[in-house]
Amino acid sequence: MLSRIKPFIESVGTKATSKVESAGRLGIFILNTLSRLWMFRFPLTETIKQIQFIGARTVPLIIISGLFTGMVIALQFYDTLIRFGSVELLGAAVAMSLIRELGPVMAALMVIARVGSATCAEIGIMRNEQQFDALDCMGIDSYHYVMLPRLMAALISVPLLTAIFDVLGIGGGYIVGVLIHGVSDGAYLIGMADTIVWKDVSMGIIKSSLFALLIIWISMAKGFYLHIEQKQSGAEGVSQATTEAVVLSAVLMLFVDYIVSSLML
Amino acid sequence: MTNSVQHIIEAKNLVSHYGDRQVLNNVDFKVAKGEIRVIMGGSGSGKSTLLNHLLALLKPTSGDIVVDGVDVVNADRKTLLALRKKTGVAFQSGALFSSMTVGENIKLPLVRHTKLDANTIDIMTRLKLELMNLAGFEHLMPSELSGGMLKRAGLARAVIMDPKLLFFDEPSAGLDPVTAVELDELILKLRDAMNMTIVVVTHELESAFKIADKITVLFDGSVAVTGTVEEIKNSPDERIQNLINRRPRNEVVNAEQYIERLTTGKN
Repeated sequence: MLSRIKPFIESVGTKATSKVESAGRLGIFILNTLSRLWMFRFPLTETIKQIQFIGARTVPLIIISGLFTGMVIALQFYDTLIRFGSVELLGAAVAMSLIRELGPVMAALMVIARVGSATCAEIGIMRNEQQFDALDCMGIDSYHYVMLPRLMAALISVPLLTAIFDVLGIGGGYIVGVLIHGVSDGAYLIGMADTIVWKDVSMGIIKSSLFALLIIWISMAKGFYLHIEQKQSGAEGVSQATTEAVVLSAVLMLFVDYIVSSLML
Repeated sequence: MTNSVQHIIEAKNLVSHYGDRQVLNNVDFKVAKGEIRVIMGGSGSGKSTLLNHLLALLKPTSGDIVVDGVDVVNADRKTLLALRKKTGVAFQSGALFSSMTVGENIKLPLVRHTKLDANTIDIMTRLKLELMNLAGFEHLMPSELSGGMLKRAGLARAVIMDPKLLFFDEPSAGLDPVTAVELDELILKLRDAMNMTIVVVTHELESAFKIADKITVLFDGSVAVTGTVEEIKNSPDERIQNLINRRPRNEVVNAEQYIERLTTGKN
């Protein structure tokens, strides 16, 4: 009996310690990256390059997804509100749900899909091709040269992308509510302006900044520690690490979303 | 006896593990200034591990490594950085950054570590490209180069700071014979023209015999022998003769262990 239970307990133990180790590595990774802020000069050129990749090139995706998200929630809210005869609340409802919740979450999901996966794969391949060893040997700090610019660029870009998402979403809601279903445009816009307060906006900014940190952190670390965490090297390892990065950052993002909402509401 | 010779690399009693597995076993390794030293051995002999220790990419379980007067095992970040500016490393597949052009890759150490103006850096980059027969390729991306060109571009980046000490991992692996010979010529040229000390890790015999002043042969994590090309060729050690003459290893099969391995799958 014992001989059957022992391997099971062993495997549970091994899994548990590997998870703890992995969490520890994540912690060390972000501390190392952040410490480069005061150890070196700010990597401005690289950060601008990354803003181009993380921010500017994600804008088209954010525009399309923002517009459709706004349109569909306007449709749903219109259908609900008309039953209670209060369609004039449409603008407020659309804007409130976008700014507080859907904007940060949907924009973050788009960033995970486009930036998180690409970043993890790129850094994983850099690890596979000994590029981090090469950086070490050239006396160039990997955290300062590769990680910090990406972290900074994400922290700057994601809240801005979220803002674009919100604006386009409100525009999409306007198209469906005002142009298609004939809600008065005054009610839509003034209702929105009257309801939204700074606390709603700040909640959106806090959420999107936290999501940015979370996404880029996990994506970079999963790629960077590829050689330690993945059983297979090569393409298999990169694909596995990318999957883990995307799943983990999406799940943690939703968890953090709930925590922040419950703390701020 | 060795007092007259100045050693740029001195590793003593090096022991190294990957997990529980011992990879290096009491390795002593000394390289004199201006020498071309080849580290040879089959797959799994520990030669890449030894290289990683010399580059301070791995920390040994025990033992000392002194490179150019710096104790690399215990050195702090700044001391190590100063050493690395004087050391060049060419990686097996070049390890160029795929997001930058070949030229940007090669000039990266100069851009990061010197305050030279852009024109001077460009000229120095082109000089190294000429030396590596890569003139005109500076605006291409690494993905547009062949394997041999990638290695030469990696070598150009390794020597851009005019290092005193150059490490080269597997210069001829995966190359056609002509390109491999060209790279060997380049290594000799670098030593003669720039007076570098060069450590080459390879398993290509022909290349090793052509460029080496001395060869260190590793077997199962231990130094089997260190000597000149002639000494290696005439070594009475059977394992070395097997390596030179490409004879397969004659492992004595222990019948009991063999059955054990087959039935339990355990080594």
